[in-house]
Amino acid sequence: MSTSVEKEMWTSKLRKSWQKNLPVEKLLPDTQPAYVASWIYLFGVATLASLGVIIASGLILAFEGASWYHYSSVGHFINSMHFWSVQFFFIFMVVHLWGKFWMAAWRGRRLLTWVTGGIAFVASIATAFTGYLIQTNFDSQWISYEAKDGFNSVGIGSRFNVTNFGQMILLHVAFLPLVLGVITVIHVLMVRAKGVVPPIDAFNNELGERS
Amino acid sequence: MSDRRTEFEAAPWSGRTRRYDLIKEGVVALLVITVVVAALSTLFGSPDDKQITFKGWAIAAPADFYATAVQELAGTSGTAGYGAPYNSASDGVNLGPLHLAKLMGVTHPVDTVNDFVITPLTTVVNSGPVADALKQWQSSDSKTQSAWATNYDTALTKANQDPAKVSAGNYGPVPELASGLLTMAQAGSLDGALLSQGNYFQTDNTKQTLFLGDGSYFNDQSTASNLQGSTWGMMNETGRYPGQAWLWLYSFWYQIPPFNNGDNHPFGANADAWIMAIMGALSLGLICMPLIPGIRSLPYKIPLHRLVWKNYYQEENL
Repeated sequence: MSTSVEKEMWTSKLRKSWQKNLPVEKLLPDTQPAYVASWIYLFGVATLASLGVIIASGLILAFEGASWYHYSSVGHFINSMHFWSVQFFFIFMVVHLWGKFWMAAWRGRRLLTWVTGGIAFVASIATAFTGYLIQTNFDSQWISYEAKDGFNSVGIGSRFNVTNFGQMILLHVAFLPLVLGVITVIHVLMVRAKGVVPPIDAFNNELGERS
Repeated sequence: MSDRRTEFEAAPWSGRTRRYDLIKEGVVALLVITVVVAALSTLFGSPDDKQITFKGWAIAAPADFYATAVQELAGTSGTAGYGAPYNSASDGVNLGPLHLAKLMGVTHPVDTVNDFVITPLTTVVNSGPVADALKQWQSSDSKTQSAWATNYDTALTKANQDPAKVSAGNYGPVPELASGLLTMAQAGSLDGALLSQGNYFQTDNTKQTLFLGDGSYFNDQSTASNLQGSTWGMMNETGRYPGQAWLWLYSFWYQIPPFNNGDNHPFGANADAWIMAIMGALSLGLICMPLIPGIRSLPYKIPLHRLVWKNYYQEENL
């Protein structure tokens, strides 16, 4: 009786699925396949590390306010940390993305891993864009003035108003980081659950060895 | 065969393995990037060109500000004729048969006459002539107001934006209103009045930005900073700093025909809408790339993966 009740529980189903697909050995492994030996693998973790610096510097800027960096040397330094870490973040992410493309990393039922990575890339562009809009300087004035035409032209401007500072700052510090954070966590968990995709010719090679 | 390949590639790796410390790798990456970013921040800082204010504009280019104020009253400014989401003055751009902006309606109403000129003027104590002009304007019907403003706007354009050279005509209180707004802007009162519009809390800069963009001064500053869309401005930054380089593809379309010619119909004149549509489709294509025949086969046809897995291919004699 108790077993049948347990089977019907969403909580137990989730726990079992988690334990099956992502046991702690998969989440934090201490070995990797021997083919995971290339500089290209560093760009994924470098992207995450850059994101860490972005979040840390962004949190400080959020607590001090959007105009702080104009008059404080410490503020300018923190803003610069935010600025340069975003530049690195995109460089690393683009190299990571190209690397995964040429590795055909969606093989072996890893399609959703690619899709979440693609969504993370687009969400990153949106997040960075709103950041440029809230710099409270000439650049942000001009970007908002120019960008409004693009968004207005397809009707998006009716709800996403780039000249509305209040809306942009809320999206940049609350909504978009949440979206990006969640999609990044899902992406990383999928990588851990599915493992690193094997070389393209491994199927024929390994099967040949076994036969 | 393909099912067996999929099963093999999805299954946990059963071949040779190597020690790999993920946590150590992450911590080292974080430390290295923090140090490099801190070094670049110390050496180069970050861009921060000062914002343009209405006070700065009115002092640096009073004739441009004055002419823009007149255009706002006459309804000939860019904002006055923009269409949705600010007003219904035009249909706006279209994507083939779709007028998407018009379809979404006027969601951020902007009345250039009252929001940009008349309401701000009512928030300050004006000189006698300006106060009288304001009373005269407010006690007149809209047809008369429009005729005054249009007459003066036409005459001012003929006079190359020099009020002293404008010939006599039926302009009503328009010259005094424009002068009053210029004085108000030069004193620094217009910046706050445009934002607040009579309210206490306000975080929407739409009206300020649109008014600023209607003049030439703001555009001239961006041209000097190489920020115009026609010169890859979307991915540029003020000063000698990297900008949003990741927008290169978006900027690219604005540099080539038919999108770089505003007189070209239907594409150049509606470039904003077409380029947004193209980028939307390409973004979707990136996300769904593994499903696109031809493109998904490129990694197999161009074997760059052999560089990635160079060790594996060497050790396995492949």
